Amino acid sequence: MRRVLAAVLVLALLGVGALLLWQRAPLRSGGPVAGNGQVERGRYLAQAGDCIACHTVPGEAIFSGNRPMPTPFGTLYSPNITPDDETGIGKWTADEFYQMMHTGRGRDGKLLYPAMPFASYTKVTRADSDAIFAYLRSVPPVRRNSRGHDLRFPYNNRALLIGWRTLYFQEGEYQPDPGKSAEWNRGAYLVQGLGHCAMCHTPINALGGSSPARAFQGGLIPMQHWYAPSLTSNRESGLGEWSEQDIADLLQAGISSRATVYGPMAEVTYNSLQYMNDADARAMAVYLKSLPNTDPPDSAPALAPVRADTEQMYSDGKRLYGEHCANCHGAEGQGKPPHYPPLAGNRSIGMVSAVNPIRMVLNGGYPPGTRRNPMPYGMPPFAQFMTDAEIAAIVTYIRTAWGNPGAPVDVREVGALRAATVE
Amino acid sequence: MPPQFALAVPLLAAAVAPNALAQRSPTEAVPDTIEARVQACIGCHGAQGQGVENVYFPRLAGKPAGYLYNQLVAFRDGRRKYVPMNYLLAYLPDPYLSRMAAYFAALNPPYPGGAGAGDKAPPPALVEEGRRLASEGVPAARVPPCMACHGTALNGREPGIPGLLGLRADYVSAQLGAWRYGVRTALAPDCMQFVASSLTEHQVEAVSAFLAAQPVPPKLRPAPADQKALPLECGSQQGRIQ
Repeated sequence: MRRVLAAVLVLALLGVGALLLWQRAPLRSGGPVAGNGQVERGRYLAQAGDCIACHTVPGEAIFSGNRPMPTPFGTLYSPNITPDDETGIGKWTADEFYQMMHTGRGRDGKLLYPAMPFASYTKVTRADSDAIFAYLRSVPPVRRNSRGHDLRFPYNNRALLIGWRTLYFQEGEYQPDPGKSAEWNRGAYLVQGLGHCAMCHTPINALGGSSPARAFQGGLIPMQHWYAPSLTSNRESGLGEWSEQDIADLLQAGISSRATVYGPMAEVTYNSLQYMNDADARAMAVYLKSLPNTDPPDSAPALAPVRADTEQMYSDGKRLYGEHCANCHGAEGQGKPPHYPPLAGNRSIGMVSAVNPIRMVLNGGYPPGTRRNPMPYGMPPFAQFMTDAEIAAIVTYIRTAWGNPGAPVDVREVGALRAATVE
Repeated sequence: MPPQFALAVPLLAAAVAPNALAQRSPTEAVPDTIEARVQACIGCHGAQGQGVENVYFPRLAGKPAGYLYNQLVAFRDGRRKYVPMNYLLAYLPDPYLSRMAAYFAALNPPYPGGAGAGDKAPPPALVEEGRRLASEGVPAARVPPCMACHGTALNGREPGIPGLLGLRADYVSAQLGAWRYGVRTALAPDCMQFVASSLTEHQVEAVSAFLAAQPVPPKLRPAPADQKALPLECGSQQGRIQ
């Protein structure tokens, strides 16, 4: 009854417009009083923050948690964040939610494990935090106890997090740079804050920390066997040379005339970035494009010594490429963009890490189905048809042909990735 | 017809929607067809979805669209576990999976060389035991016969029940094992989970041998959907609203 009274009171304040919205979308039990506009904005911001990726098991009720997240330290389970009073965030207040986002401490004061990207979410404004909270309170409550984490000693001791936080966590909302445009600042806010891009695109060290000094310099994603390229190196995915439209296409559609997203980035595009409106996608592009190129002046890759077996691999690779790949990717690696990505000049092929091109040949892949590209074209997996040596030969060829700057690939690296991702 | 499957039919007839993202090199256009989009599937499942030599890469062609759709969703969401398929489908939306399912369901290439070509002939007594299980079930364990749901001709039934012919023994027994151990699950209530976990290993072997030994009549197609009650409640045949 108190809830109903409160709702009536606020609706009186908000006026007839809000009343009409309320009639179309009645408050669910346990929901706080929130204008419908705030809930919709919160939904959009929750998409920008990709909350669903960790807090929902695919096919199960949204935000009901318990999705396992394997880490080098053990398995974490995401909590239920539906508005259920007993097992979710039904009894939380907007203040408590903001404090959690801002400080990385739970409602009970416990330090959160940094799988929750609070080092990024701390930059989120109070108004945006409140909107996300209002949206989370609007989804159907689910009664489901959150499973405890399954971490190895000593990582199961939360006191260790104090040290981690000293090294890698700086609390504070995003402060706009007055020397930059509003668009740049909006992009920086989304990339550094809700987008939590640094979680993957900054090297992760042995303590699971992302060093701010090496922000966006790329890194191998633990447990997932994918390499998140540097966003600051023009040799990797540094975007200095890309047009803003290509960047926005890649983020929103998952494909572009320059490259395509696969693996963990496909998940981010599918759950989150495809929903960004044109203005926000462009703002992110403007900011990403402005990141400094961190390549040292003389950064041509050290050329591997040419050995007889490298030459043999190259010529085997060239033959196999002609038989299996050229039909889609073109005899000169030019592709048929945006659906069949170019390989010549495609930096994810020639990066120092060969993990991604090897995985593409082993596992194939579909880009995510998005609003702008609802039926993507797929690349077949070749693991079932090719030996490790054949795949090493093809990847060696595409990494070194057409002026691509990559180094040859060792057959053992293919074998290790096959074991990790196919069998 | 359940709403989920009602969707698939107009989709099948509709032309492929124009792509939202413009192609920048018109001379190198990629065909705007479902066929071009499922090139990732045909290496393992055959150019016409007819299956390949590998026992574990089954035929897709001609299976009920609803059955194929349920499998695609189950692989995507991890309810049916096979890492290469789980990975490929992870970020594809329901309407696209429905189109893929309708595409392969409409194909009808000949069965290559008959079922189980190249497999060693199973002992006749085992096949006979399998025939009894398929036609009579195991009344003591309240397991209905295969034919009660999959049809006396074992041709399946729209929208969600697959035919059982043209599969090899190792594949059938691997699927029953996967159901029993939770590696493969279907929409609740999962009738096949009950069936698979009620059979003994020997019974699984017998029924697999019998099914694989049956010749596949030309032009085998699933029976049309009807309102006939099933002996067990099956989520797959009820469909669900997406």
